[in-house]
Amino acid sequence: MNETISPKTIRSVIAASSVGTMIEWYDFYIFGMLAKTISTQFFPEGNATAALLSTLAIFAAGFIVRPFGALLFGRLGDLVGRKYTFLLTLVLMGGSTFLIGLVPGYKSIGIAAPLLVLLLRLIQGLALGGEYGGAATYVAEHAPVGKRGYYTSWIQTTATLGLFVALAVIMLVKLNMADTSFNEEWGGWRYPFWISIVLVAISVYIRLKMQESPLFAKLKMEGGTSSNPLKESFSHKGNFKMVLLALFGAVMGQGVIWYTGQFYAQSFLETKCSIEFEQSRTIMLWAIAFATPFFLAFGWLSDKIGRKWIMMAGMLMGILTYRPIFNTFLKDSNIPNLLSDNPGAKSAENLELKTDSLVEQHALVTLKYQSAKWVLDDGTKFTELRTDTTRQGFDGFSSSKSPDKKPSFTNKHLSTSTYWKFVGLVFLLILYVTMVYGPIASFLVELFPTKIRYTSMSLPYHIGNGVFGGLVPFIGLLLTTTYPTDPLVGLWYPIGVAALCFVIGTIYLTNKIDKNVMD
Amino acid sequence: MNALKKYLGIIWLLLAPAVIYFLIDRAIVHIDPAGKKDINNPVIWVIIIGIFTPIAIGLMIFGWYALKNEYSHLPQSSSEVE
Repeated sequence: MNETISPKTIRSVIAASSVGTMIEWYDFYIFGMLAKTISTQFFPEGNATAALLSTLAIFAAGFIVRPFGALLFGRLGDLVGRKYTFLLTLVLMGGSTFLIGLVPGYKSIGIAAPLLVLLLRLIQGLALGGEYGGAATYVAEHAPVGKRGYYTSWIQTTATLGLFVALAVIMLVKLNMADTSFNEEWGGWRYPFWISIVLVAISVYIRLKMQESPLFAKLKMEGGTSSNPLKESFSHKGNFKMVLLALFGAVMGQGVIWYTGQFYAQSFLETKCSIEFEQSRTIMLWAIAFATPFFLAFGWLSDKIGRKWIMMAGMLMGILTYRPIFNTFLKDSNIPNLLSDNPGAKSAENLELKTDSLVEQHALVTLKYQSAKWVLDDGTKFTELRTDTTRQGFDGFSSSKSPDKKPSFTNKHLSTSTYWKFVGLVFLLILYVTMVYGPIASFLVELFPTKIRYTSMSLPYHIGNGVFGGLVPFIGLLLTTTYPTDPLVGLWYPIGVAALCFVIGTIYLTNKIDKNVMD
Repeated sequence: MNALKKYLGIIWLLLAPAVIYFLIDRAIVHIDPAGKKDINNPVIWVIIIGIFTPIAIGLMIFGWYALKNEYSHLPQSSSEVE
């Protein structure tokens, strides 16, 4: 059947599915990227209820609601069809994103503000849980034999492109207005939410013109659809064991590689390396732009040599190189190292920020907070923040000065060569993402029969990505707090999960491509 | 290879309760109502342990299936899955 579909139809199917899925990812990411501003507007500090709602909005949407969305919409997709289900998820996602942009702040409507935002965020998580499985299944069920990996890899580009668009839109808005205008109650941070409604309207228009998946339509016509996809997916041992194999042998490792390459890397550059806002964002943007075509390349390659070994190779590369790569980020942005490499370094501006005085035993202690802007020979710039202490004894004679031995360095602007080196290293991290993520849609589609495919593939995907991947920052923080002397200790979580998945995948998965997904 | 698949099942069976034990132990150590970090927040731990428990049970079932040689032959068509 699939061989009869024209290339033009296939292109429209891919475009309609990919654009919609990309917009859903965009919608989901902007909330996380603007979390700091959102929390000041909706979840003010000092209010216990607001703090609880904030925690739920951030954690529950990703961890609990996404897998539930997978079950709810997966079931719907296997009962009524792929087309209408992923149309519904798109409308829900776009509508809730737009409405988040319209909710007045806590100052205006009190506790109703965080409650509304939480509700809308949960709808976002639910919709995202239902979207991906539908789009991947829809494209795979249109794809001819031998091209399933390549065609579905277009869907795989959407999560990264959604991140790219979200980064770019927020950066454009932020760079074109003052910080105060961006952060105020009805300020620029709302624009990315409002833009969503236009994107969604276009995508809904395109998707409405699409036909139902030919495999599902045939199955429905023949009366072969499942009457209870949830029961068939998870209570039949034959299928449930494949759901478990998909989760522990592929998606769990893919989830942590994905999050480490795209989110942990960005947060590491900003918080651990203290690289300035614009450079840390553009490093990600360049790396994503260079790496994205490799989703298609590895999807195409998986049609030739099988899915398994490409995904396993991506995990293995992550396991072996994460620590050296992140260590290079730390080393190359370390100011004492840079100062010793640039003997002609000069402090361009020295500002005294403020002075505090306090009385200790027999002495007046003065704390002098200073900032200095440095420019190095190679073009590196940074701000040094130091607190020097002076003790003046009450006897009038004894006094001592203690210069700050551990000044902090912020707002680092990297030299051109280091900047591009970092782009190259982040590119490598995202290349691993393309290896594990490019072929995974076709791998999952081929694992399950048509009548329960949407349900069966959606759940492991969202547990792997939402739970295992989404926990990368939290477990990273947990490990850093437990072992504070090692700044790279947070990487042991993704390395450990990827290693476990690599062992299970290597031993239990098959590399054979299932040519017939029509059964 | 089938013997390896089978006996590794024991590892997966044991790993699951070990993960849950580790999470509960870490939660007890880190939960602190006066703390300001995410890892001090009891709600987050409840969510994480709540969502990880069924996943760990899934890993145990995976180990059990492996021990019972369920993965010695992977299905070649959907009729074998159902």
